Amino acid sequence: MADTGGEQTISSYIQHHLTNATVGEGFWTFHIDTLAWSIVLGFVFILSFRAVAKKATTGVPGKWQACVELIVEFVNDTVKSTYHGKSPLIAPLALTIFVWVLLMNLMDLIPVDFLPWLAGQIGYYGFGVDPHDVYMKVVPTTDVNMTFALSIGVFVLMIFYSIKIKGVGGFMKELYAHPFNTPWLYWFNFILEVVALLAKPLSLSLRLFGNLYAGELIFILIAGTIGLWQLPIHFLWAAFHLLVIPLQAFIFMMLTIVYLSLASEEH
Amino acid sequence: MNINATLLGELIAFIFFVWFCMKFVWPPIIGAIEERQQKIADGLAASERGEKDLELAQAKATDQLKEAKAQAADIIEQAKKRGSTIVDEETQRGHSEREKIIAQGYSEIEAERNRTKEELRQQVAALAIAGAEKILAREIDAAAQSDIVEKLVAEL
Repeated sequence: MADTGGEQTISSYIQHHLTNATVGEGFWTFHIDTLAWSIVLGFVFILSFRAVAKKATTGVPGKWQACVELIVEFVNDTVKSTYHGKSPLIAPLALTIFVWVLLMNLMDLIPVDFLPWLAGQIGYYGFGVDPHDVYMKVVPTTDVNMTFALSIGVFVLMIFYSIKIKGVGGFMKELYAHPFNTPWLYWFNFILEVVALLAKPLSLSLRLFGNLYAGELIFILIAGTIGLWQLPIHFLWAAFHLLVIPLQAFIFMMLTIVYLSLASEEH
Repeated sequence: MNINATLLGELIAFIFFVWFCMKFVWPPIIGAIEERQQKIADGLAASERGEKDLELAQAKATDQLKEAKAQAADIIEQAKKRGSTIVDEETQRGHSEREKIIAQGYSEIEAERNRTKEELRQQVAALAIAGAEKILAREIDAAAQSDIVEKLVAEL
């Protein structure tokens, strides 16, 4: 439990952990912890991979290159087996999503109090702020803004590929003429298809958010409620979560590829 | 669940990371992987070809060895045959040489004997005549009795 004063209750502890550090007002609020962690992790991804890309050898690869190539080939195989079109964007997109989401999810395994406590200490000793007023949510994927940003990016690409490959007419026709091909039911088709289309990015982002948010919440609950017994239970939950973390990253990548291949498939 | 401007920031970050990955990360890595795969495939093909070549060469070597062995056997056979013919010929020649030498010896001996005989005959004739001369010196002259001496000489 964070050492933030005697009057603290379980609910305020949990509340404190689930509040983002914010800057700004209304819509123009920025969650600076989400932004900072996700961008730092994004740079960790691109710079460490860029290091390999810069001196990639076709001969015997080094250890780090072998590791990166393992991931790249895994993504490449997945993309090739699912997406049959030729696009220079899909594979790097899938790689970025997979590694970035994986890194962000991995933040969940850092003990829940560690980074917020550190931030509180820095706030207290560095800026003279009450540690209780310093908020720090370290797992960017437990922020809907993060997951929606990813899924909206994917959604825009879906629309783009649909229109690029089938044309505006083909895309529209898919929306109104699909399950029941009679002019009588075009209005019904349209409602159905638009809901299905919008459900894709919505479910994509909410699945990732839900899984990670729930995992984080349980870590916080364990930390906040059961004293010393939390240690073995933390371990058990972390071991289980170790499965969830790469699985959610993989699902997000896989569904992105599937949606984009559906979008660029001609009927 | 509060959507706010963080989303825009993350969207920009997302676009930037995907763009960077597409431009500077993905192509060199996948290029290296594919090039290495090509290299390995080529190497495997080359090794297979080498194996086949080796097999062919081995078969060829065996064939040549067999041929060489047969040739060697042939040559030895020929040499043996030739050796025996040479020995035969030489023996033949030796025999004939010996015969010739012997014959020559005989003829020489014969000639010598004949010559000796002749000489001897003449000497004996002279001796006989001398003896007869001495005997007859007392009673008759040599000329009247020479036919008897001649006869005597011829009988020798």
